[in-house]
Amino acid sequence: MAILMLLVNKAMAGTFMPPQATEISKQVDNLYGFLLVVSFISCVILIGGMIYFVVKYKRKTANDKTAYITHDTRLEVLWSVIPLIIFLLVFGWGWVLYHDMRTMPKDALEINITGKQWAWTAEYKNGVKATEVVVPVNKDVKLVLGSEDVIHSFYIPSFRIKQDAVPGRYSALWFNSQKLGEFHVFCTEYCGTSHSGMITKLKVVSQEDFNKWLIEESEVGTLPLAQRGAKYFQTRACASCHNVDSAAVKIGPSLYQRWGKEGSNADGSKYTFDENHVRESILLPQAQLTAGYPQPSPMPSFQGQLSESELTALIEYIKGLN
Amino acid sequence: MGHHSSGKNYINEEPGLLSWFTSLDHKRIAILYFVSVMTFFLVGGIMALLLRLELFAPNTTANVGQVLKNGDVYNQVLTYHGAIMVFMVIIPGIPAILGNFFLPLQIGAKDVAFPRLNLASWYVLMLGATLAILTFFNSKIDTGWTFYTPYSIRTGSSVVMMVVAAFIMGMSSILTGLNFIVTVHKLRAPGMSMFRMPLFTWAIYSTAILQVLATPVLGITLLLLVMERTFGVGIFDPKLGGDPVLFQHFFWFYSHPAVYIMILPAMGVVSELITTYSKKTIFGYTAIAYSSIGIAAVSFFVWGHHMFVSGQSEVAGIIFSFLTMLVGVPTAIKMFNWLATLYKGSIQFSAPMLFALGFLFLFAIGGVTGIMLAVTAIDVHFHDTYFVVAHFHYVMVGGTLMAIMGGFFHWFPKMFGKMYNETTAIASWVFIFIGFNVTFFPQFILGAKGMPRRYFDYVLEYEQLNKISTMGSWLITIGFLIGLYTIIRGLTSGAKAPDNPWGAKTLEWQTSSPPIMHNFDHDPVVTAGPYEYK
Amino acid sequence: MSTSRLVNGVEVASHYRDEKHQYASNKEGIWLFMVTEILMFGGLFVGYILFHSLYPEMFAEGASFLDWKLGFINTLVLIFSSLTMALGIYFNQVGQPKKATWALAITILCGAIFMVIKYFEYTHKFHMGIFPGKFLDPAMMAEYGHTVQNSNLGLYFGFYFCMSGLHGLHVLIGMGLITWVMIKNIKGDFNPKYYTPIEGVGIFWHIVDLIWIFLFPLLYLVG
Repeated sequence: MAILMLLVNKAMAGTFMPPQATEISKQVDNLYGFLLVVSFISCVILIGGMIYFVVKYKRKTANDKTAYITHDTRLEVLWSVIPLIIFLLVFGWGWVLYHDMRTMPKDALEINITGKQWAWTAEYKNGVKATEVVVPVNKDVKLVLGSEDVIHSFYIPSFRIKQDAVPGRYSALWFNSQKLGEFHVFCTEYCGTSHSGMITKLKVVSQEDFNKWLIEESEVGTLPLAQRGAKYFQTRACASCHNVDSAAVKIGPSLYQRWGKEGSNADGSKYTFDENHVRESILLPQAQLTAGYPQPSPMPSFQGQLSESELTALIEYIKGLN
Repeated sequence: MGHHSSGKNYINEEPGLLSWFTSLDHKRIAILYFVSVMTFFLVGGIMALLLRLELFAPNTTANVGQVLKNGDVYNQVLTYHGAIMVFMVIIPGIPAILGNFFLPLQIGAKDVAFPRLNLASWYVLMLGATLAILTFFNSKIDTGWTFYTPYSIRTGSSVVMMVVAAFIMGMSSILTGLNFIVTVHKLRAPGMSMFRMPLFTWAIYSTAILQVLATPVLGITLLLLVMERTFGVGIFDPKLGGDPVLFQHFFWFYSHPAVYIMILPAMGVVSELITTYSKKTIFGYTAIAYSSIGIAAVSFFVWGHHMFVSGQSEVAGIIFSFLTMLVGVPTAIKMFNWLATLYKGSIQFSAPMLFALGFLFLFAIGGVTGIMLAVTAIDVHFHDTYFVVAHFHYVMVGGTLMAIMGGFFHWFPKMFGKMYNETTAIASWVFIFIGFNVTFFPQFILGAKGMPRRYFDYVLEYEQLNKISTMGSWLITIGFLIGLYTIIRGLTSGAKAPDNPWGAKTLEWQTSSPPIMHNFDHDPVVTAGPYEYK
Repeated sequence: MSTSRLVNGVEVASHYRDEKHQYASNKEGIWLFMVTEILMFGGLFVGYILFHSLYPEMFAEGASFLDWKLGFINTLVLIFSSLTMALGIYFNQVGQPKKATWALAITILCGAIFMVIKYFEYTHKFHMGIFPGKFLDPAMMAEYGHTVQNSNLGLYFGFYFCMSGLHGLHVLIGMGLITWVMIKNIKGDFNPKYYTPIEGVGIFWHIVDLIWIFLFPLLYLVG
């Protein structure tokens, strides 16, 4: 049985499950492997038994005599108690693991994660903001989850953990990745138009690389204006709705080669795509609605969330897209 | 009992199409439900096909692999698929069609306790359904069938109208349940004690209790949601000091029992089919009857297993996981009892029996994966992934829809007085059964690999399995089309059905096919249990 | 199937054995329906209790805007109407339909008094700017000398208007039903052997009163 489980586990991690990057993910897979084996055996008994009986007791003549068996207490107790024992066993096993998942380690690296339609923002203690989560390997990491609008859910398949990010309260999850690399982060609580686009990467890097990354990110302030703008364009998740390298429309209008051009609003009025138009569109997205796009605009307002210098940097970057 | 010399029956007694809409006869009302629910099923099914087509390929660049215009359209189709299938197909499905028709017949009653209320329930359902369909032309809703807050408060679609529609359809469900409870309590024929009732009736009875006790809570939940949306009172909206997770508690307090409203009747149908086509008394009658009630009772205390990662406390998660395990036991009991019924039987491979065996097969898989999902630590990984989608389709479609089809063919001769074509019915089963597994089994693997549900688009590594799944949906479609063809052919040119073509023992087979208006020529007197194949 | 026949002077639908059988079934149906009513209000009560425990001061502030005397009068009115409703059934049982008509008329009148008082309570609140949820108008309330202490006071009035409104709707429906049975009674449709509709409506009316008896302390006296 143990060998079978080990085999199941190995097979799963490769083909039927995402890679196992944490200790917890291995343990979850062990339990899942056990359940798969037990389930397989139960299905063999049930479905195999069914097939055996229907073949063996196939109707021969219209007047077949059948056995008159109303019940058998011993059997009935047996097939009530055995499943119950198995259920309680996996329940207890699950409980132990669940407890580990929910008990936050002390001295963990804390990162705040905020969900917003339709992007994640990670905020580090030193003020660095990023749309991808970068963490050091072999270190306890605690993510404190919040949401600005609706419920989202932060899910890292390779770690076998997820937790809802509920507006108006904080929730948390933790992990300790033993593997370097990039892992998918999905939003698993339905959150509207681009729910399926609310995907980001979790990068596990060495401690040195992590330290280096943190410093580099915090030095963004010294970069040239347009490069800073490019950064913000990523971290504020503008890129999830606006194309910058082709005229193709994502959710919002493409910004590629738009600068200085004329445009028309849904109400027929005209505008020039200049500093003030971009500024107003960022701060008050509903003020001017470009014709041919949904009304009201699905774009969130960034009023009060961007400093003047951040705004200028963004505008400088958009200017440079021509 | 037996042949009615005048040739009059419930179908031809009152002439004219219009008479169907005013008839108080439970059999005619069942037919009204049948036509309307099947229409809804067609609509919901087309939506499902569209969803699968969209997911056939990832949307690599702007328009490749895209069948639906954008994420919004996908979300709308998804919402209507879920809402239609849950509120308008599976919940009313077996109770309102087969239950209406056969519950009174099986207990030897002339009708349900409140025939007027019965007809009114149908009109109430139609009113709700009309409203629900009207939202489609107003502004399409995109909340998912669960209406989770605060998304449902924010989204600019006609949520209020849809929620009112669900409220009204809930009322229809309550009234039907109420009618059946009183019918079972008061209208059983002489000698028909509770423990002589057929297991289908037992299942409908347990379901009716759930309908009456759970649905009012859905009503008030939806009402509070309407309040929140129109007045912004701050019950569910965190911006106003409300608690969005409270909505989930309220919602699942109803919707989990509702899951059993969907599956218990199917289990009842399967009990009938297995004993009839094995020509053998059911094994463990009392255990099956009690397990229906047991499932109904425990189902009120397991709602939190939908919320293991919602932020509810660890203790709550553990308790709900434990109670969910307890529901597994009566379900396992039923499975083993059906299996034991086959033992030393005389098994006939007719279409209804194949559907029942298909039910056992699919429900076994749906059941064991259900246990996996009940384990807290595993559910954290599987929650809201395609694993869950696969699981509940195995139970709801593989379970309930297989039972509807099986039950329908089983009782077809009784309902319409004509035989269906066995060959095409079996062909329909083959396509549905294989297609179903091709569609939904890959979804277990997709979920285990981490693909979240309600995704308009997905990362490349999920492509192969999605392709297989979509192709499976075409097989299911073919299966249902053959089924539809079988029904239409049966209705138009089926051979005349004898009163009891399957040699079944329950009371409905003692009257003529189709039954006369008052069900029985002479009031039946019951002297034995329902499955005395001696 | 809707054919019926006379059994012991009572019209009995053909799927019932006799009038007693029909009566018992109808009564069970009505009680089951009442269970769903109680469960529906029960959901509201659960919500109320949850939020009351979260924001006790805000609920106390909300309740301070209600006049417990009016609520108390309404409670007495409804309790009295329950009595007259019961009398309406009793007089039918003993074969005094004229008196029953009077009892029913008084019950309707009590319902009307209840609704009139409710009407004045509601309009007074609207006048002061008290509306549910986001429509609550603190500026207007300030003009009447009330400074709102808790910013989510609208939630209390959300519950207040939702619970008392849903209850009021039930009172109106009840009044309609009582009028219906009263007219039937005047027409002489009832006798000591057959008075099921009156009894059914009576059960409904008692439950509506009972719900008010829970609503009154919860809404008016929580401060």
